[in-house]
Parts: sequence; C-alpha cells; structure tokens
Amino acid sequence: MLKALEGSQALARAVALCRPGVVAAYPITPQTHIVENISKLVADGEMGCELVSVESEFSAASVVLGAAAAGARAYTASSSQGIMLMSEVLYNMAGLRIPAVITCANRSVGAPLNIWNDQADSMAIRDSGCIQLYCADNQEGVDSTIQAFRIAEATELPVMVCVDGFVLTHTLEPIDLPSQTKVDRFLPEFDFARRLDPKAPKSFGTLVDPGWFTEVRHSHHRAMQKALPVIEEIDAAYEKAIGRAAGGLLKTHGPKGAKTAVLALGSVVSTLRQGLNDGLAKTPVKIIQLRCFRPFPTEALIEAVDGVDDLIVLERAFSPGLGGIVGTEVTAALAHLKKRPRIHNFAVGLGGRDVPVELLPELIAATRGTTPEPFRIFDVELDKLPAEDR
Amino acid sequence: MAKTPETAKKAPSKAASKPAKAKTAKAGDAKSGGAKGKSAAPAETPSRKVAAGVGTAPGVDAQALGGELAELRRRQPRFRGLEAGHRACQGCGEALGARLVMEAAGPDVMVANATGCLEVFTTPWPQSAWRVPWIHSLFENAAAVASGMEAALKARGHRTKVMAFGGDGSTFDIGFQALSGMLERTHNVLYVCFDNEAYMNTGIQRSSSTPHAAATTTSPAGSQRMGKRHLKKDLLQIIAAHHVPYAASASVAYAADLRRKVRRAIEIEGPTFLLLHVPCPLGWGHDGAKTIEIARLAVQTGLFPVVELERNELAGVMPIRQPRPVSDYLKLQNRFRHLFGNDHRARQEREHLQALADHNIATYHLLGEEPDPLDTEGADTVRRGGLIA
Repeated sequence: MLKALEGSQALARAVALCRPGVVAAYPITPQTHIVENISKLVADGEMGCELVSVESEFSAASVVLGAAAAGARAYTASSSQGIMLMSEVLYNMAGLRIPAVITCANRSVGAPLNIWNDQADSMAIRDSGCIQLYCADNQEGVDSTIQAFRIAEATELPVMVCVDGFVLTHTLEPIDLPSQTKVDRFLPEFDFARRLDPKAPKSFGTLVDPGWFTEVRHSHHRAMQKALPVIEEIDAAYEKAIGRAAGGLLKTHGPKGAKTAVLALGSVVSTLRQGLNDGLAKTPVKIIQLRCFRPFPTEALIEAVDGVDDLIVLERAFSPGLGGIVGTEVTAALAHLKKRPRIHNFAVGLGGRDVPVELLPELIAATRGTTPEPFRIFDVELDKLPAEDR
Repeated sequence: MAKTPETAKKAPSKAASKPAKAKTAKAGDAKSGGAKGKSAAPAETPSRKVAAGVGTAPGVDAQALGGELAELRRRQPRFRGLEAGHRACQGCGEALGARLVMEAAGPDVMVANATGCLEVFTTPWPQSAWRVPWIHSLFENAAAVASGMEAALKARGHRTKVMAFGGDGSTFDIGFQALSGMLERTHNVLYVCFDNEAYMNTGIQRSSSTPHAAATTTSPAGSQRMGKRHLKKDLLQIIAAHHVPYAASASVAYAADLRRKVRRAIEIEGPTFLLLHVPCPLGWGHDGAKTIEIARLAVQTGLFPVVELERNELAGVMPIRQPRPVSDYLKLQNRFRHLFGNDHRARQEREHLQALADHNIATYHLLGEEPDPLDTEGADTVRRGGLIA
C-alpha cells in the first residue's frame, strides 16, 4: 500500500522491518531525521533494538563493528563530516569482513561549510572495501536498505546505502513499505558464523605481516568482485518476495537504440528521467543509472553502452586536480573496447545547487561538438569569480 | 601459541548467493591459542577446592554456558585467557598484568583490544595467545567496540562479560573520548588501562600519562629540557567524575590486590575501570628482572597511588607504612637518569617529583599503620621477583 512518507521516515521504517539488534548513531544534518525516527520507533516499542546514542560518528561505526562481531544485526547512518570521521572504522570493518549496513545521507564535505547535497562524502571512502549502492528515489532507498542487510550478511562485507541528503531524505513521496511477514521471509535471522563466542573463541583483527597481507587484500578484492552477482541475485529474490526490484547493478531508462546516453548516480537519475518523460530531449537518449558503484560493475556497464556514440557521465563530486571520479572510472572501464563512446564528464549540483529538469537538453546541446568534454563543472557561474580563478 | 594454518582459507570458487551462509575464518582472524588442546587433554586439577574457588568467574550462570566451557572451567585451577608463548619482551609488566587480569576474569569474557603492544605481541597471524573471544579494531575505539559488543550481547540475551583493554596512549589520549562515551552510557564493560606511561609500541614517545620529567624519544632530556615538561594526567579522577560504580588503580606488583579488583569490577553490572601500572623495561630503561621491584616502589613512594573509587567517593586505598623516597624509584630507571646529574635543575625536578608523591600521600591518606600489603594470596609469587631480599 502506498503511503506518503518523508524519505527519512521511510528509511527508518525499512530499518525497523529488518529487525536490527543494535543501532548506533550520532546526529548530523541531513541524516538526523533517520535516527530521530528510529529513536521514536524504539521509544514507542515498535522497534526492539538496543539504541546506542554515541558521542561521535567514529564511535557509531565502532559500536556497529563491535555489535556485528558479537553477532547482532547492526545499523548506523551518517553524512558528510560524519562519514569522514567514520572512515577509519569503515576501512577497518570492511577489512575485518564484518557485515553491517550504513546509510549515507549524501552531503558535501567542507570547507566551506555547506549542509546540502552532493556526493563527496561517500565518494571519499570508495576505496574502503565497502559495497556502495546509490538510490534514485526513496522507494529505492527503502528497497535497497532491506536488500543491503541480506547482501552484507551473504558477502560478509559492509554495505553503504547512499541517499541524497534533503533531495531524498527530506522529501515526501508515495512509498510502499513491504509487510513484516514478507521481509521476515526475505531476510532470515542474522547468523554470523565467525561471531565472538566464548564457546568457540576466535581472535579477530590480528597483526598480519608482509607474508600474508597481500593475500588478505586479494581475498577482499575477490569478495568484492564476487559480490556483483550476489547483488543481482538478491535483487531478483527481493522482486520475487516483495514484487519489486531495485535495479540490480545498474538500470537503463529510455530507448534501447539511443546513440546518446547519460550515466548518473542517485537522485539526479530521477530528474533526468523526468526530463526524458517530459520530452525535453529532442534526440533519443537513454539514462544509465549506476546503482552499484562498489564493486564497480564493468561488465554490466559495457553491455549498457553498446551502440552508444556519446556517453555523458554526470556526478555530484569530483577530485580536485584530476576531475571526475565516476568519469575517470567509466573511462577506464571502457578503455579496452574497440568501439567505445565519446565520454563527456560533468560535475553538477555541488553543495545542493539545484539540478533542474532542463539539465537534460542542455547536456545534450553541450556535447554536440566532435571533441569530447574531458571534465568540467557544468553549472559553475564563472562571472562570480575573480578573473584569476575562472 | 598454537599455529593454525588451516584458518588461512582459500577463496571459494562460487559466489555466495544465500544469506547467512556458514563461513570459515577469514584471514586476520586466528583461532585462539590452546583452548582446543587444553580441553582435549586437561591438566590435572591439584585441588578441587581451588578449581571451584578460583576458576569460576563470579556472577555467571555456569548452566547457561554450555557443557564445554563449564567443563573447561571446572578442570582448570586457573583458567588462563592469555596463554604463554606470546612475543612480549622479557620482564614485560603489561604481559604479566594481562595474564593476571585474564586469570581473575575467567573464561566467560570477551575482549576488545586497542592497538598497542598487547595486541601486537599476542596475535602475530596466524597465531594467537588468546583463549577467549578477542577483537582488535583500531587504536582509539576499544571502548566503543566494547560498547557495541555489550549492546549485541544484551540484544541477544547473553551475559558474557565484555572487557576493553588499552594502553595509556589509547586510553589517556586518542581513545579518551570513546572511553568517556562508554562510561556515560553505562555499558556493562570493564575497561582495563595497562599504563606503562608512554607510547611503547611505536618506540617510547611521551603520552599524557608519562610522568613529569621522564625522558622519552619525544620528550628527551637535553641542555634546555629535563624530560617531559607536563604532569601525568590524573585519569582516574576524570573517570571517577563520570560517577561510575567502580574505578580503581592497581599495580602489577600486587597480584592479589589486582585479582580482587578484577573480580569485584566484573561482578558489577555497569561500567568499571581499572588503571593498572605496568613497568616497561625497554621504555623505562631498567633490567627486566626488576619489573616487580620497580612497580612496587612506584606504589611505596606514593608516585602511583593504589586506590578505589566508588561513585566518585574514595572507597579504599593501599596503605603505605613507611614511604620510600622517590629517588629510590627514579634511580633504577634510565628515563630519570638525567635527574641525577650534578645540576641544580636536576635537584629541583627531584624535589618536584617528591612533592607530587607527598601530595598523593596526603590527598588519598595513604599513610597507614597496617602491615604492608604483601598479603594473602599470590604474595609468594610477587616476592620471588620482587623487593624483599
């Protein structure tokens, strides 16, 4: 049944449906509504977890790490500076192969201080060894959150579900929350085989010397690669159980034979889709939504760009001094193809700058030349800057 | 330590497609030391009475533990959660301290261990000296990881006691915030700080626990400096100010006192804290055979007061009958060698340290008429390597 829910409220309810044993969190805008809603569900007896209100995001992630190691399904959420503060723990959790779910309510990283949406936070920890899923709307947020627990527990890897701050977290949408019965059937009780247990004591996180470190890293890399089909299988299982898929590794919208494609992550995809439905693109265009950014779905991407001449890669973050992060990765993934599309790479919507539906035709117009656009910030207003900074 | 190469697993060829699929250990998780071997061939129990009295951790329902664990405990006069054969230096106070803490704690515990010497010398993959569930995550999060473990056990309806271990670097400095949070949230965790008064694992750098005037590699003595310029942080008072039910200091030289405090802390349902003074022969610059003697002198001079605080009230002290001059303690250690030069600054600093010791004696009312507490259980063990000639 569809209900009008704020994104954060829907996410909190999705977490509750997964029956976590431990939730730890520290407040940060725009994640706050998620943990406030969880706190209320606990206070009202609708959620039976141990809620640990910690003194920092660093401890939030650490509590989750300890809780999952001790055998409890564990969850936390954060944004921006909070994700940065967690980053040491996230690397550690992934390296220890401890399954847990983290929501990233995407927000820019300061300075300058800015509480609004871009994806610099989750992009900054892309090499942590955590799985990252990006959601185009709040329904996907709900579905991906429920799937994330099963993915984490099947792969023994932490899963970060990325939802754009404010654009999704603070927006009301008609949401279908699956029933508890269906979720229970889809998501069995967490049974962590390696959990800390006095009856079978194990040592976690030992000192690993150069004789073994490479092999451990290799195993982690393999585990991430092996997660690719798992993410697809779990999405299929979810569709069977709940009646709706969340998009697997990536999904495309628009005409199949389109020669132009726009690749994006997160809520921008919804905006682009709207532009497409409104007929704003004068030429056939397809939208490629990269749902799974880590592990990087190279094979699925190659399939999706088959027959595409111009590929526009949009992102809400970039690497100063290099350019696009997603753009660079997409370029690398397609580099060995004999016939590969011209890749145009733009950053848009940094620090909450509005991304309007009119973006779609503007993007297409900007790439009509014969030379590809290597990277630029699409919506920068240079006239605001002193001449030397333009 | 038992070598367990079988835990170095190979990557399975097919991707896991089902949730909660049973897995073997990942690299980085080592099977614990001798638990398997010992339970298969248990040592003869010298006395059943001892086995019942010492081997059973208080406040734990043996029925709920499952057969194997209860049997292990019954057969062992003293369960050693930290097994011998680790790679600590000779005379390491921390290794001895950890052994004594684990003996008193018994088998129904879990440990979150901060990065540091204790973590490094006990778990060189694929070996581990731990016979209880043990996890090392990071330098500054042992208290938070322990909080999570405790919350998980609560959620799952288990009563295993969670302990967190850290050195002075991870407790006084980098993990201080996480520790404060753990205490404030009243997690049922015993935090033990093994205080050897500097960053020993990285090569003897000063911490906020390093005593005034001690030389370390980052507070060296020189023509312009007499070692560390600042005072040792009074961590115990800060801990007590969280109004925790129990916060105590202890010394590795007083084993019986230490064991009693561990048992007491474990019985309490709530956050408890133990500051354990453990000499480091390498970092302090003394003979490894003098660890106990030096630890004992730290107490008998008043430089390291051994006290108990309950809800921020002084509840007990280890009395000193005849305080020893601080120079007796200082002169045995190279870290204070510069204080014995023919130099008025050296004399001044010695006087300063004496004043600090006198202040501790006065503040905690350490002067006592009772016999010196070379007492009761375990006193013999102490005497062998200790002060009494």
